[in-house]
Amino acid sequence: MLKGQSESLRDAYGEELKTLGAKYTELVVLDADLSSSTKTSIFGKAYPDRFFNMGIAEQSMVATAAGLSLSGKRVFASTFAVFLMRTYEQMRQSVCYNNLDVNFVVTHSGITVGEDGATHQIVEDVGIMSGLPNMKVSVPVDSIETRSVIDFLAERGRGPNFVRLSREKFPVLNDKNYEFKQGKAHTFKDGDDVTIIGMGVMVSFALEAAEQLKNKGIDARVINMSSIKPIDRNAIVKAAKETGHVVTVEEHSIYNGLGSRVAEVTSEEYPVPVWRLGMRDTFGKSGKGWELFDYFHMGVDDIVKMTEGCFREEPRYENFP
Amino acid sequence: MEQYKEADLKNIATSIRRKIIEMVYSAKSGHPGGSLSIADILAVLYFKEMNIDPLDPTNPERDRLVLSKGHASPGLYAALSIRGFFPESLLSGFRKLNSKLEGHVHRGVPGVEASTGSLGQGLGIGVGMALAGKLDSKNYHVFVIVGDGEIEEGSIWEAMMAGSKYRLNNLIVILDKNGVQLDGYTKDIMPIENVKEMVSSFGWNAIEIDGHNFEEIISAIEKAKKSKEKPTFIIANTVKGKGVSYMENNPKYHGAPPASQEEYERALREIGGEE
Repeated sequence: MLKGQSESLRDAYGEELKTLGAKYTELVVLDADLSSSTKTSIFGKAYPDRFFNMGIAEQSMVATAAGLSLSGKRVFASTFAVFLMRTYEQMRQSVCYNNLDVNFVVTHSGITVGEDGATHQIVEDVGIMSGLPNMKVSVPVDSIETRSVIDFLAERGRGPNFVRLSREKFPVLNDKNYEFKQGKAHTFKDGDDVTIIGMGVMVSFALEAAEQLKNKGIDARVINMSSIKPIDRNAIVKAAKETGHVVTVEEHSIYNGLGSRVAEVTSEEYPVPVWRLGMRDTFGKSGKGWELFDYFHMGVDDIVKMTEGCFREEPRYENFP
Repeated sequence: MEQYKEADLKNIATSIRRKIIEMVYSAKSGHPGGSLSIADILAVLYFKEMNIDPLDPTNPERDRLVLSKGHASPGLYAALSIRGFFPESLLSGFRKLNSKLEGHVHRGVPGVEASTGSLGQGLGIGVGMALAGKLDSKNYHVFVIVGDGEIEEGSIWEAMMAGSKYRLNNLIVILDKNGVQLDGYTKDIMPIENVKEMVSSFGWNAIEIDGHNFEEIISAIEKAKKSKEKPTFIIANTVKGKGVSYMENNPKYHGAPPASQEEYERALREIGGEE
């Protein structure tokens, strides 16, 4: 379904941790019995003394991460996205309230988890995390951006950070020299008629949709909003002013995710219609990861359909899908 | 540091108790019961057992205390101020706007190691601090005070497993076993009658003491410091509201100040000590 070369974001994470482990002796990594899946095991094998497998005990992992940070360690803690959410309160009280430099890097987010089904396909995490004071939220689009985000956090990251990675490999969209900047969006394609703002793998869908739209005479701008909090307000306002219509696409609930954040900014600064494509107040489902996008009306064709809808004589969001 | 004798510790505990009552009465809110029950333990920790220096509160070699039962903030704030971490005059700002003395333990207060208040998290924080001590080959000890209602939280037992796995002999937990929680008596709310066996089976040293007997508190901590491999769990049998007759063993005073000027004066009179 996806064109171009794909690479694993979690492999990139594990490898980058190993590289950084040599550079920073105070870097420590925690996991909760999923290290061979989250790929923190790559770090663990290289630096067993600085790797702590806390067992299937996420609350213990998060509180321990806080204690390590309070004692001067640079901390990365990983598990599947859905399981970190059970520690919301540990994150709130012990990490965010203390404003500690703890990096939560989660894998297996969204519906691309696939066959494991609804229990493991969290589509609420970005919203839950964005609401936490002090917490910053990033969703890398590919393996290159993943490495850049992890480098940034290890070198200059301040306060608590949440980074959302996937189980599936995602298409490589950035070139080698790309550098992630927290709070800055990245424009992949310019366009004047409409702006499609994407998060995660849906950015690559948006680029494919933009090609199809071009053949239909619609010139779509495509933006990768990998920094969800802080969000790039300027890029959003500029898009609203210059293209007059915004479509958001995310492998997440349309409630409290990218679409909501974008709509907040446009409402405050330059109101234009914002149409949101994503999970609509529903749980996921077992199936192949890529099949599920069509099942939930979140595929390339759906992006095309929704974007075209903006240009109907009487555009109506509720007609979609 | 200065050597405090048992008679000094008794006076210090009395001062802590007086300040607890003054703070919660002034704030018209707060948690006196579980603060009064740990006053003797705090006196021993801050004036005898912990290697700390109020003039150098972030020294990497210092001992750490995490008050996991963060609602006992009046007790901790009182102990810290008497020990010299900040002026005692600041205590009157407790729970009020524009004061650093948040209702529950807050890291912005000098001498406080970690903000706490949601139960069951401080022991995990202590595990992290103890792990860091091991990684850095430091000799400091990490103390964590937990409540007996608090150990109903599953996260406590997650942290107990981790403490045992990583052989954190630099980690010392003190359980304030006062038998009372917000809704009533722990034996009725969620009975845990065999704590000693439970913590032993988790691979910890278990020591049971009278939490109001200075000699026993000191000797338990000294023994814990000598542990070669295991972390230590000290079960301190205490009286909730200790020192104020109408508060003792009374769930009402888990989270309520003296109800009147009369009750306030009576509490101070019973505690004794100097104004």
